[in-house]
Amino acid sequence: MSGLTLENVAKSYGAVVAVRDVNLHLPDGQFVCFLGPSGCGKTTLLRLIAGLEKPSRGRILLDDEDITDTPAHKRNFGMVFQSLALFPHMTVGENVGYSLRIRKTHKAARRQRARELLDLVKLSGLIDRHISQLSGGQQQRVAMARALAIEPRLFLLDEPLSALDAKLREDMQLELRMLQQRLTVTTILVTHDQREAMTMSDLVVVMGPDNRVHQMDSPLEIYRNPADTFVADFIGTSNLLDGISSGSRAVTIGDTRLEVADLPDGMTPDTKVTVSVRPEEIHVLPGVEKGDNRMHGRVSFVRDVGSSVEIYLDCNGLQIVSQSTPKGRPAVQQGDQATAVLPPAACVVLKS
Amino acid sequence: MIGEKPKDLRAHLPLAYPALMLAIFFIVPFGLMAAVSFFHRQPGGFYIPAFELANYQNLYTALFGRTLVFSLFIAGLSAAVCVCIGFPFTYFITRMKRRSQVVWLVLLMSVLSLSEVIIGFAWSLLLSRTAGLSNLLVWIGLIERPVAWYPGFAALLFGICYLAFPYTVLVLYPPLSRLDPALPEAAQTLGASPLRTFFTVVVGSLRNAIVAAFVMVFVFTLGAYLLPQILGRPRHWTLSVLITDAAIYQTNMPLAAAMAIFFMAVSLVLVAITMTVGKGKNIKTA
Repeated sequence: MSGLTLENVAKSYGAVVAVRDVNLHLPDGQFVCFLGPSGCGKTTLLRLIAGLEKPSRGRILLDDEDITDTPAHKRNFGMVFQSLALFPHMTVGENVGYSLRIRKTHKAARRQRARELLDLVKLSGLIDRHISQLSGGQQQRVAMARALAIEPRLFLLDEPLSALDAKLREDMQLELRMLQQRLTVTTILVTHDQREAMTMSDLVVVMGPDNRVHQMDSPLEIYRNPADTFVADFIGTSNLLDGISSGSRAVTIGDTRLEVADLPDGMTPDTKVTVSVRPEEIHVLPGVEKGDNRMHGRVSFVRDVGSSVEIYLDCNGLQIVSQSTPKGRPAVQQGDQATAVLPPAACVVLKS
Repeated sequence: MIGEKPKDLRAHLPLAYPALMLAIFFIVPFGLMAAVSFFHRQPGGFYIPAFELANYQNLYTALFGRTLVFSLFIAGLSAAVCVCIGFPFTYFITRMKRRSQVVWLVLLMSVLSLSEVIIGFAWSLLLSRTAGLSNLLVWIGLIERPVAWYPGFAALLFGICYLAFPYTVLVLYPPLSRLDPALPEAAQTLGASPLRTFFTVVVGSLRNAIVAAFVMVFVFTLGAYLLPQILGRPRHWTLSVLITDAAIYQTNMPLAAAMAIFFMAVSLVLVAITMTVGKGKNIKTA
């Protein structure tokens, strides 16, 4: 199997577990994001892949070759660090050409390659500058060029965009994605920003505070079919409703019967479940309507930010949030009675 | 500049105390010494105020020249030894856990609590033939018979380095502990072995700190006065010994002063050269 495979990889520091039994296969040429809250072990996992840490258990395979014990300097992976780690005593060109200097490439060839890479990251002409003379965004690009100089087998990035301001970050996300598509280098990016992960990746690996991998899938699949309540809550916003399964395709929440598209395999009736419904899937109607997939209550708050409208419904203490475009805005005001309609196809049932 | 007002005298008052101390304890004595170096010596007596270059002309002797060169040589050599050992040593300390770092630093500090005299005599004993460490080696069976490692050049160099080593570590510790651990890691992901990483990235990015440590030990060792007499032979005596000899035993204050001034000037020039060379081409201070 070509690509990177992690088999039962675990890492602990004394009694502290950083990564718990990870099994992953990352195919070649993909842009993969490790996404999770801080402290979930995503950076440790990246460092294990880079060879900067040794796993306590498990194996790391690259194209079926065991690289668990290969030291970092023999792996040919390019890495961009969170602090960027540019060498302060070298010029931009010397930084980019460092890996070639280590490989004893001729000086002129080194400079030529550094030029090519700087063109690639749109920093032409800065080859003789000093690192301290560059802006944050430029330093970012130098770090990427340096990591790409040896045409790495894997391109690893540890939250490289977190230090940039919001606008620049969004630009860099697009640029990085386009760069990766052009070079078709297998890329792993660590981030805690789900929007960043959704923007760039072919595959998202969601890690939770229990240091486990919760789900690995395409961004849209993760958004539409979260594997569990943690993923549903962490990726975007979601209405999480606790209920009990009843019958083959229904869940009871309070005294409302909710028809759903699907129940998880092997689910027996009368099991505690959580139903996840995305706010933009919920329609709000004025007045009280009774029936299946309908919950009514008082409008507790209307958040109108111009580009979208969010309506908060208080249904007997259960809060339901719906989101709509300004055009589709329901005719309700704060304090009105209203009904939320939850379409069966939008209700994703998760085991509690 | 915002809020920058012309300062009246009162605003400068807090500076008066350090300025006064500096003047009383440094500038005035130094000025006196500089003046005395031009005074006229009265044989059998002391000196009388005058302005003559005779004292400086008297420096032009083989003994003075040889001693000067030797003093600079041993100071430079011990600075080089201290930095070469101290830099990797400090690097390993800063990579340790916090607790072990404290233990090592306290250990080094405790060496500083010993006076130069105690260190000198302790090593003269330990390096001697009759009671020294060589007896231990004989007992283990490594050598045939006990040998005297002192007095001599090696013993002197060893003693000076022993004295200056804690200071070297103290000067190198702050910049090394501030070194971003991602820097060596980045070098490794780029293909550099740990050894290459150490020389190209750790040493390279801390070049300024290394030069600073070298200059510090160099200057510190220039003043060595006691150890050369305890651990060295007379030909290993440094200029400080010669100056003391002139001032105390020959009561030739003007000559001693001239020696000191000349010695200081040469040292300053050497330090300046080291700093310029060490700075290298357009290296920015971090």
